[in-house]
Amino acid sequence: MHLLRAIQKGADGVYAVGCLEGNCHYNEGNLRARERVEHVRILLEEVGLEGDRVRMYNLSSGEGPTFAAYAREMTEHIKSLGPNPLKKWAKG
Amino acid sequence: MIVAERKPFEEIKDMLKGYKKVLNVGCGTCVAVCLTGGEKEVDVLNAELDMARKLDEDPIELGAVTVERQCDREYLETLDDKVGDYEALLSMACGAGIQFLAERYPDMPVLPAVDTTFIGVNQDVGWYEERCRSCSACVLAWTGGICPVTMCAKGLYNGPCGGTDQGKCEISQEQPCAWFEIYGRLAGQDRLDLIKRFYAIVPWKNQKPRTLIQPGYKKPEQAE
Repeated sequence: MHLLRAIQKGADGVYAVGCLEGNCHYNEGNLRARERVEHVRILLEEVGLEGDRVRMYNLSSGEGPTFAAYAREMTEHIKSLGPNPLKKWAKG
Repeated sequence: MIVAERKPFEEIKDMLKGYKKVLNVGCGTCVAVCLTGGEKEVDVLNAELDMARKLDEDPIELGAVTVERQCDREYLETLDDKVGDYEALLSMACGAGIQFLAERYPDMPVLPAVDTTFIGVNQDVGWYEERCRSCSACVLAWTGGICPVTMCAKGLYNGPCGGTDQGKCEISQEQPCAWFEIYGRLAGQDRLDLIKRFYAIVPWKNQKPRTLIQPGYKKPEQAE
């Protein structure tokens, strides 16, 4: 819902970050999260937006540089998709 | 619980064509448990519809409310002062709830956002399996607690049929043969004599809507 709400309110893209697969404190929590993110991508496609505006990455808490690299990758990716067409409807 | 599945988004969007202000009514019981029509699912559907209609340059105003049960008047009553503000109601309850909502507000279009699918059990989060067809003639006492109406593809009361295949049903290797399972369960309980009994078929023909009034619950003016 949070991912969907962000796009609904005009965000150009959103990414969720989970722990490395197999290292989740909640055992399969990050695998289930990936399923949910995949579902949100399908919902966005149904609505008429690019599902790839939402992505999921996995890394450990000690991988600061990787986190930054993913952030840059996502930023570049979003730029290539262009602005969210819903932005004009966002309030304020 | 009653299990339902959300209708395809395009179908829902098509139903709402022409409406500008709609109240989406969720149900907090069965369809909330099976993750189809509870509070969260109402919010998700509303978000999708809001985005899709904006992309079409045809925005829609959507309200959201989830009542405890749409199949109970006392909970529907809480909607009485809200529905007048809308052109139509979208219901995410099971078929019973949707009809009860439509019955309470007969002047209002009430549209279904889900397809009611079966009475089932919870195998895991988001994973449900059918177990009962509500045939009104339960034989589970004699079949080891396995329902032949639901679990046998042919609904046979006196099986198995010739399609049983090494414990599987002829329709799919994924589908266990209900009567093979019944045999195994009864054998384990040393009650195999029960499988030799003959049972009359379910009288599905000419079914009419069923009503149940529990003993001692007749309204005083109806009591004999």
